Amino acid sequence: MSDKPSGLVQGTLDMLILKTLELEARHGYGIAMRIEQISKGVFHVNPGSLFPAFRRLERAGWLKSEWRDTENNRRAKYYLLTAEGRKQLKGETREWARQAAAIARILEAES
Amino acid sequence: MSLLRNLAGGVRGLFRKKQVEHEMDEELRGYLDATVNDKIRAGMTRSEALRAARIEMGGTESVKEQIRAATWESLIETLWQDLKFGLRLLRFNTSFAAAAILSLALGIGANTAIFQLLDAVRLRTLPVKNPQELARIAIDHRKNASGHFTSRYSDLTYATWEQIRAQQQGFSKVFAWGPTHFNIAPAGEVHIVQGLWVSGEFFQTLGVEPALGSLLLPSDDQQECASAGVILSYSYWQHEYGGQRDVLGLKLTISRHPFPIIGVAARNFYGVEVGRSFDVAVPLCAEPVINSDDSQLKSRIGWWLAAIGRLKPGWSVDRAAAQLRAISPGIFQAALPTEFNASNAKNFLQHKLAASPAASGISDLRQQFEDPLWLLLALAGLVLLIASANLANLLLARASAREKEMGMRMAMGASRARLMRQLLAESLLLAAIGAACGALLARNVSQVLVASLSTPHDPLFVDIGMDWRVLGFTTALAVLTCILFGVAPALRATSVAPGAVLKESGRGATQGHSRFGLRRILVVSQIALSLTLLVGALLFARSLNNLAKLDPGFRRDGILVADIDFTARHLDKEGRMAFSEELLRRLRAIPGVDAAANAAIVPLSGDGIGHDVLMGDTGEPEGEAPVAAFNYVSPGFFETLQTPFLVGRDFDDHDRTGAPNVAIVNETFVKKLAAGKSPLAMTFRVRRMKRTSAPYQIIGVVKDTKYTDLREEIGPIVYTAKAQSDSPGTDAQILLRSRVPLASLLSAIKTMASQADPDADIIFSNFHQMIDDGLLRDRLMARLSGFFGVLAALLAAIGLYGVISYMVERRRNEIGIRMALGADQQSIIRLVLRETGLLLLTGIVTGVALALATAKTAASMLFDLKSTDLLTYFLAALSLSAVAILASFLPARRAARFDPMVALRNE
Repeated sequence: MSDKPSGLVQGTLDMLILKTLELEARHGYGIAMRIEQISKGVFHVNPGSLFPAFRRLERAGWLKSEWRDTENNRRAKYYLLTAEGRKQLKGETREWARQAAAIARILEAES
Repeated sequence: MSLLRNLAGGVRGLFRKKQVEHEMDEELRGYLDATVNDKIRAGMTRSEALRAARIEMGGTESVKEQIRAATWESLIETLWQDLKFGLRLLRFNTSFAAAAILSLALGIGANTAIFQLLDAVRLRTLPVKNPQELARIAIDHRKNASGHFTSRYSDLTYATWEQIRAQQQGFSKVFAWGPTHFNIAPAGEVHIVQGLWVSGEFFQTLGVEPALGSLLLPSDDQQECASAGVILSYSYWQHEYGGQRDVLGLKLTISRHPFPIIGVAARNFYGVEVGRSFDVAVPLCAEPVINSDDSQLKSRIGWWLAAIGRLKPGWSVDRAAAQLRAISPGIFQAALPTEFNASNAKNFLQHKLAASPAASGISDLRQQFEDPLWLLLALAGLVLLIASANLANLLLARASAREKEMGMRMAMGASRARLMRQLLAESLLLAAIGAACGALLARNVSQVLVASLSTPHDPLFVDIGMDWRVLGFTTALAVLTCILFGVAPALRATSVAPGAVLKESGRGATQGHSRFGLRRILVVSQIALSLTLLVGALLFARSLNNLAKLDPGFRRDGILVADIDFTARHLDKEGRMAFSEELLRRLRAIPGVDAAANAAIVPLSGDGIGHDVLMGDTGEPEGEAPVAAFNYVSPGFFETLQTPFLVGRDFDDHDRTGAPNVAIVNETFVKKLAAGKSPLAMTFRVRRMKRTSAPYQIIGVVKDTKYTDLREEIGPIVYTAKAQSDSPGTDAQILLRSRVPLASLLSAIKTMASQADPDADIIFSNFHQMIDDGLLRDRLMARLSGFFGVLAALLAAIGLYGVISYMVERRRNEIGIRMALGADQQSIIRLVLRETGLLLLTGIVTGVALALATAKTAASMLFDLKSTDLLTYFLAALSLSAVAILASFLPARRAARFDPMVALRNE
C-alpha cells in the first residue's frame, strides 16, 4: 500500500491535492495533470496513489465529491475543498514552510 | 466528528457496495479515457495511446484494490470473503472439519464447564443490592471453643449475636442467619426442605424485594413469636405451589407447628450461601417453638448463627473489623455461657471478632472445591493444549498438501500477509465453531457436575449462567487455541518459494527435515502432556481406591440406619429410654435383621461429641485435660458393625442407671490415655463444661475405628452405655445389619414403627451410601481426571498415528528399495517402530519430569499416596506406550505391505 509516488516527499501528496483544489473543483485526471504541470513534470502522480488519497481525504472530511459534466460533455467525479479542508491546507502549508525553512538553514550551515 | 463521518462512509460502502463499485469503475474509466485523449493529442495512435495509458495506470483491478484498502470496511470485507472461502473448504473436507471441531468442542467445553463452576462458586457476587458493601462478622481464628456446633457456619451464639447487633458501629445494618433443615410433613415419614434461620433484618439489609406479599421485618422477629410468618423462595413457590398467588395466608407445618406464609422472595435470590439454595426462611424467634427442648436460641452454648452486615458509607471492612475487635472483650463477657468451666470461659473470653468481605457470599463449598476446580481447570487446559497440537499437526499436513495452491497464488501476486490472513481466517472459523459447540456442551456438563456433587440429603444449588466472565473466557480460549494451532501451519504454508513449488512435479518440494521436525516436536509434547494427565488420573484413582479399600474398623455393607423420632409422644426421661429400648427390641424381631443397636453418633456421618477425660477417680489434671470423642451406644453396637473386641466385654442389660458407670474404649485411648497399661478396671471421669461425672470403669477395649471422617487420624474414643445416659433424646438412631437387600426391610420397619408410635418420623439412610457421599470430592477428581487422561492419550495416539503415517508415506521409496534389496516385513515394521520408540521415549522422559514438577499441587488431595508414587508413573508410562505402539503399528504394517515395484515406480 504505497501512497507516496516516486519523487514525492513523504506525506506531501495530500497537501498537494488540497492545494490544486484551492481555487476550483477538479476531477481526478485534472488534479494529476495540475500537479504535473505546476511542478514542471518533477512530480508524477500515479492513479494507484491518487485515488486512495481521495478516499482518505473524503473520509477525513477535507474533500467532498460530486458528479458533473466535463468540458467535453462527459460525466466525471469532481472533488471540492470543504471549509475544513481549507483550514487543513492553511495549516499544512504553514507547517511545510516552517520545516522547509528549517531544513534549508541546516543544509546551508552544513556547506 | 470525523470519526463519525468515517464510520458512516464505511457503512455506506458496506451496504451500498454495488453503487460504490460502480462509481469507482466510472471514475477510473474517465481517468483512463482522459489520459488516452491527451496522448492522442500529443501524436500517438489510438492503440499506442491505450497501451501506454494502461501501463501507466498499472492495472485497473490493482488500483481498485488499493482504493478499497484505504478504508477500514475493506478489512471486514476481506475477512468475510476469507470466512466464506474457509467454510467452503471445510465443507469439501468434512472428515477433517468434524475431527477438528469435535476435539475443540470437547476441549473448550470441558474448560468452559469447569470455569463456569469456578465462576459461580468463587468469582460472582451475590445477586443483591451493592454486594461489595457486605461483610461477614465472625470470630477470628476460632480455636478451643466449647459448645454445640450445629451449622456449617457456626460463627456465633445467639447471645453473642445480640451483643454484636447492639454494639457494632461500622455497619448500617446487620443480620444473623443459619442454614438448617425443616420437616414440613404434618405426620408420618418426614419431608425435609432446605431452611434458613434469619433475623428480622435479613431481607432489609440485603435489599431483597418480595416477588409476592411482604418479607420479614425486624418487627416480625420478636421474642416468643409462636405464629411468626415465614418466607418462601421463588423456586420453592413455583414448584411446590405452582406459583399460585393465594399461597399467602396458607400455613406451612414445620415440626408440626403451623406457620403462616407471608411472602415470596425475589426470583433470583437464593440466600447468601453460594452453592446452596433455600426453600423456606423462618425468623430466629421461632426457633424455640420448632426445636423445643433442643433449642439453640435458649442455650448460650449453641453455635448456630453467622452474621453479615452492610457497611456504613465511608467505612471500610478493615475499619469495621477494628471496631469489632475493640468491642470484643465486652461482647464475649456479656455473652459468656454460665455452663462453662474456668478453662472454657478463659478460651471464650479470648476470642476476637473480625470482619471479612462477603460480596461473593459465604460458602464452605469454596473451601472444599476451589482447589480441586482450579486443578481440574489446569488438567482440562492441558487437554485443550493436546487437542490444539493435534489440529496443528493436521493443518501442517494440509499445508504440505496445499503448497502448490499457495505457490500459485503467490505467483499471481498475492502477498504473504494476505495468504496468512486467509489461512488464519480458516483456523478462526474452526475455533469459533468449536467454541460455540463447546459452550453448548459446557452448559450440560456443568449441570451434570453439580448433580454429581449433590446428595439427596445435601442438594447443591449452583446458579450456572453465561455471564461476561464465562463468555470472555470461552472467547479467549477460542482465540488462543486458534493462534496455537493456526499460526505455525500458516507460517509454514506461506513460506514457500513460488518458483520452486511450481517447478516441482509429483510430490511437494518442502519435505525437508525441518518441516517434519515441527510435527515431531508437536507429537513429543503431546505424549509428554498426556503422560502428565495419565499420572494425575492414576494418582486420583489410586487415592480413591485407597479410601474405598481402607478398613475403617467396621463393616460398611448391609447396614441400614433408621432414625426414628418420637418427639410427638412428649415422653419423660424414663419413658424415652424405655420406648427406644422397646423400638430396638421390635426391630431386632423383624425377619432378616441379623443385629441391631442404638447409637447417639453414626460413625462417619460427620456428627461428633467431644468431652474432657480426667483419668482416675479424683483430682484435676494439670493444664488442659485430654479430649476424647464420645458415643452412647446400646448393647450389640459392636456386634452390629462387626468391630472386634480386643479384651473385655460388651455392655449388657445390667448396665443401666443406678448400676456402676461403665465404658468401652478404643486402642488409641489405651495407648494415649492409659499409657499402654492394662486398661480393664481403670477408671476415669468425664467433664462436660462445669459438670464432672462420677467415675467410669473401663470394661472393654475395641479395635480402632474411624469416627467422623475416613481421612482422619484416629483419636481416643469412649463408648458409654446409652441406658446410663442422663439425657436420653427423643429419637432412636438405630443401625441394622442384614443379609437381605436393605430396601426390602423398609416397609417392615415403617409398619413396626407406626405400630409403636403412629406419630413417629422416620428417616432411613444406607450406611455404605452415606460413607460414599463423604468421598464425593475424591470420586469427582478420579472420574474427571480419568476422563481427561483417557482423552489425552487418545488424542496423542491420533497425533502419533498421523505423524507415523506421514513418515511412512514420505519414505515409501526408501522402504521400497530396502524391500527390493531383501528386507523382510518384520524388519520394515521394526524400522517404523524404531521411529515411534524414539518419539515415545523423548515424550515419556519429558512427561515424567513435567508430572513430577506438577503433581505436587495434588499432593494434599491424595490419601495414603505420595505424588511421586513410582508404581503410578510406571503404569502411566506403560499404558501410554501400549496405546502409542498400537497407533503406529497400523502404518508400520501398511509400510511392510508395500509392493516394492509400485513403491519404486512412483518416482
